[in-house]
Amino acid sequence: MAETTQFELVSPERLVLSRAVEMVVVPGTEGYFGVLPRHAPMISTLDAGIIDIYEGGSVVERIFVAGGFAEVTEERCTVLAENAVPLDEIDPAKVDKDIADTRDVLKDVSDTGERERLEARVVTLQAMARAKRAA
Amino acid sequence: MPNLKDLKVRINSVKSTQKITSAMKMVAAAKLKRAQEAAEAARPYAVRMDRMIAALGANVSGGDGPKLLTGTGRDDVHLIVVATADRGLCGGFNSTIVRAARRKIDKLLAEGKTVKVMTVGRKGRDQLRRVHGDKIISSKENLARTVVGFTVADEIGRELIRRFEDGEFDVATMFFNRFKSAMTQVVTEQQLIPANLPEGEQEDTGELKALYEFEPDEESILAALLPRNVATQIFTGLLENAASEHGARMTAMDSATRNAGDMINKLTLTYNRTRQAYITKELIEIISGAEAL
Repeated sequence: MAETTQFELVSPERLVLSRAVEMVVVPGTEGYFGVLPRHAPMISTLDAGIIDIYEGGSVVERIFVAGGFAEVTEERCTVLAENAVPLDEIDPAKVDKDIADTRDVLKDVSDTGERERLEARVVTLQAMARAKRAA
Repeated sequence: MPNLKDLKVRINSVKSTQKITSAMKMVAAAKLKRAQEAAEAARPYAVRMDRMIAALGANVSGGDGPKLLTGTGRDDVHLIVVATADRGLCGGFNSTIVRAARRKIDKLLAEGKTVKVMTVGRKGRDQLRRVHGDKIISSKENLARTVVGFTVADEIGRELIRRFEDGEFDVATMFFNRFKSAMTQVVTEQQLIPANLPEGEQEDTGELKALYEFEPDEESILAALLPRNVATQIFTGLLENAASEHGARMTAMDSATRNAGDMINKLTLTYNRTRQAYITKELIEIISGAEAL
């Protein structure tokens, strides 16, 4: 088996995924970047996008993240994501409905904090829908 | 001589109290297990977040960093975040937190600082309202029906940061109970803003950290990471608090159940003694009546 690097995907609530991978492609703010074993140490912010896990030269797992941070060292790649959903589990129709619903709620919310939260949610959902369509 | 009927009523009432407390104990035990699992599951994120901040902090020279890290340069206005439970009947759980917070408030006031209070959880607000009611600027309650979600912590974090950016306070400290075991909880005081860099390990791995590349650059990553870190710390605190609350309630209800048991035994003994005394009395009456004939 080819050389691997330890990939960890962590959400605030739990450790979502921890496995050895041959390569993982992560949606950095300045463009997607691939992490192979013995990658130079770096820290990057992430945009909403898809994490691709490669094994044997092909994608074995695709996960949508709504932004976050990645820490890469020579032997591991850690992604701190706020919201991580496997791409297979995204249902575009449901996402569209969620966007519409959230917008509906948003119409009559006046509290700043609540507004901010809902607006962020719409942006996330839109990114999710885009990612799914592009896939 | 005590009335037999009254004793009977008393015993029955203690028995139903015992039923309630033992049920509450079992509920608390089940919730404790879940809360503990949630706290355990959230740990990896917090650990990695700390590691990243430590790496970044080592690279950002003091003074020009973002305010969330370096502070406003003053410490005149303190915000105390008091995290308690929404409900009582959990031993000294709420009081210990409030007591620690109150001591801190008094100390800060004595130093001539301005203090503002934000309460999370109803009990904290209720207990602080009497003395420091004028200082409470915001309170949240009914946060956790089952298990604390990250959104709750995120919301509190956002509010905190918004107030910080509006210049409402210089230093924010959070009080909560750290879970040690079901029997012991430790009141913990944690500084949220300015961020407390995890220290100690910084020097050991200093060389390694300098090697990190940053994308886009240290400042923008920190600017994005620090607000998350505030939310994460609040989240960790709330989870610890939830586990502690259920642990404390379990212990409190356990001893309440035991006390009720003791009381039932005592009352039953009195009841039996009294009953025998009545019988003896009646026998004496009958015998002496027969002898008199």
